[in-house]
Amino acid sequence: MNMLTDAAVEETLQSGSKPAASKMAGKDVTVHYGEKQALFGVNLEVPERQVMALIGPSGCGKSTFLRCLNRMNDTIDICRVGGSILLDGEDIYDPRIDVVELRARVGMVFQKPNPFPKSIYENVAYGPRIHGLASKKSEFDEVVETSLQKAGLFNEVKDRLQEPGTGLSGGQQQRLCIARAIAVSPEVILMDEPCSALDPIATAKVEELIDELRENYTIVIVTHSMQQAARVSQRTAMFHLGNLVEEGPTDKMFTNPDDKRTQDYITGRFG
Amino acid sequence: MTDLTAMPAVGGSQSRSLFLRGERTRRRHMAESRFRAIGLAAVIFGILVLVGLLGSILANGVSSFRQTYIALDVYLDPAKLDKAGDRDPEALRKLTTFTYQPLIKTAVEGLIEEKGISVDGLGGKDVEGIISKEAPAELRHFVLAHPSRIGETVKFELLADGRIDGYYKGRVTMETAKLDRNVSPEQLMLADELKAAGVLTTRFNWSFFTAPDASDTRPEAAGLGVAILGSIYMMLIVLVLSLPIGVAASIYLEEFAPQNRLTDIIEVNIANLAAVPSIVFGILGLAVFINYVGLPQSAPIVGGLVLTLMTLPTIIIATRAALKAVPPSIREAALGVGASKMQSTFHHVLPLAAPGILTGAIIGLAQALGETAPLLLIGMVAFVREFPAAPPGGFFDPASALPVQVYNWTQRGDPAFIERASGAIIVLLVFLIIMNLGAIFLRRRFERRW
Repeated sequence: MNMLTDAAVEETLQSGSKPAASKMAGKDVTVHYGEKQALFGVNLEVPERQVMALIGPSGCGKSTFLRCLNRMNDTIDICRVGGSILLDGEDIYDPRIDVVELRARVGMVFQKPNPFPKSIYENVAYGPRIHGLASKKSEFDEVVETSLQKAGLFNEVKDRLQEPGTGLSGGQQQRLCIARAIAVSPEVILMDEPCSALDPIATAKVEELIDELRENYTIVIVTHSMQQAARVSQRTAMFHLGNLVEEGPTDKMFTNPDDKRTQDYITGRFG
Repeated sequence: MTDLTAMPAVGGSQSRSLFLRGERTRRRHMAESRFRAIGLAAVIFGILVLVGLLGSILANGVSSFRQTYIALDVYLDPAKLDKAGDRDPEALRKLTTFTYQPLIKTAVEGLIEEKGISVDGLGGKDVEGIISKEAPAELRHFVLAHPSRIGETVKFELLADGRIDGYYKGRVTMETAKLDRNVSPEQLMLADELKAAGVLTTRFNWSFFTAPDASDTRPEAAGLGVAILGSIYMMLIVLVLSLPIGVAASIYLEEFAPQNRLTDIIEVNIANLAAVPSIVFGILGLAVFINYVGLPQSAPIVGGLVLTLMTLPTIIIATRAALKAVPPSIREAALGVGASKMQSTFHHVLPLAAPGILTGAIIGLAQALGETAPLLLIGMVAFVREFPAAPPGGFFDPASALPVQVYNWTQRGDPAFIERASGAIIVLLVFLIIMNLGAIFLRRRFERRW
């Protein structure tokens, strides 16, 4: 655990000297669910190839913000999003944007592992199939293998790729979901409390995996676990009551936050 | 709540033994066992009613699957059938069944003579009366199909008269025969002699499933052929129309339509539609499909359309429930890897909902199969002896339907028709059971794939 945090500190020191380019940026993002406003003008930049943790008490809007990043909120009828969110400088809420293309570039892993009730192979191959990323059997085999390898699951499941994905353990299922997400080669992976349904051992594996994925992907993770935020992220954003309280390098947020609310939340005085 | 308020009082008398039963406990136990007894009684009552119902139907109806036949060598006399001797089909067609009646009479008399049976008090009419009035039609049919066999003696398995048949099923006895104008004890005795001679036999009644309906005076010839075919045609139409329309409507409403006032109103009205009495659909069918569109009466196409309208709400409601039961996490998972709404619906949601949809569709079909009232209004109650042609043309030919045939037969005077109606009910029930088993089988199969 200490080693992880040390690595994180080192990373933030490096990124401090050479600020990472912003991959996604929210500008004055507001969200309404019907009459109720859930986000009040959030401005937040997500740096490229780093892990950004969104923390805050329940109902503070961190998941809402996360779901805005790949327009998952579109599926909720009463949800309205204001402001703009940029991916590589392009507004993803522009009417000309095809939301399917967006979600292929900004993948998502959910709170509860939700593999399709199909074979492990089919779970991973589904994304590449609908996006036409592979056509021959050999290409599919390859993308399935590399995705499972990147997700650290291949050795555990290589002999039973045709068995249902729902038959795996919770931690394996979540890693299968991560493999499924990276199979379509996204640029950003959004994770909504990916470890909340997992036991500590499975959690450690997923966290390790997140740390490895940072090399190639930009990751935004919502978490309720302060330790997890500290362990895996380079930057942390604190939300409270639909507002962004503060954002900064993780070590600074956890050792010397600017805002009293962050301090109180991290030390467990509320939330 | 009352338990909570009672707590301090109980807590007051400290360390009371758990074996002691207070008044409250005793009352609670009483209430529980009372409720169990009521529930059990309700279940037993239901089972008894079901057993009684099935028992009476089976007791009345099973005998309709057996029928009494008399083997008869009939000389197809060319002097009567073909006076010109040229086997002209046109001329043969002009001969009515009246021409064939004497042939049967001669044949029966010959048979009795051959077997050496003598029964006192039998008139000439009585002797041929043991053969069904359907027999001449059967002979005529044979001769029209094989004109070359005129002049030969051909062995026929002819239906025995309904009363003779009833005698071997316990419906007619010597005592009732004395009072019956249609049959005499002497005829029954003759039948017994024929049975002893091995000429009269009772065996499985295939023609009950293949023969068309018959008139009031010949229940022994009445069959379900046209009704079964009509019902199958209608079920085909209902399946082909209501399943795609219903599933498409439910997918749209459940997955794509926005949640607003309009969809709320539609939803309420679909539920209302499911509660509309079926006879109203019959009036609608009469007014729209027959009077306005001009489709033929008594045709399976009209019946199928009316039953489709009736089945749609059932299928839509079942399908929407099945779609709702698919966890939203599956939709999110599909959208999360960049599937479009349609891909997510058709690749993931629909296959998971398929067992539920199938069950709903089959329940809807079963409901439609047993529906009678709307069919009465669109003329399917008519007496139909002609088989409808093969589909699709046959959809426009007059036909009957199983439940309507039951209704029809219960209206007839001859008690033999009660047996027929009960037999038809058994056939209908068997169809329903087969459909339900099919639903279970399909559901199992689909579920195994996941």
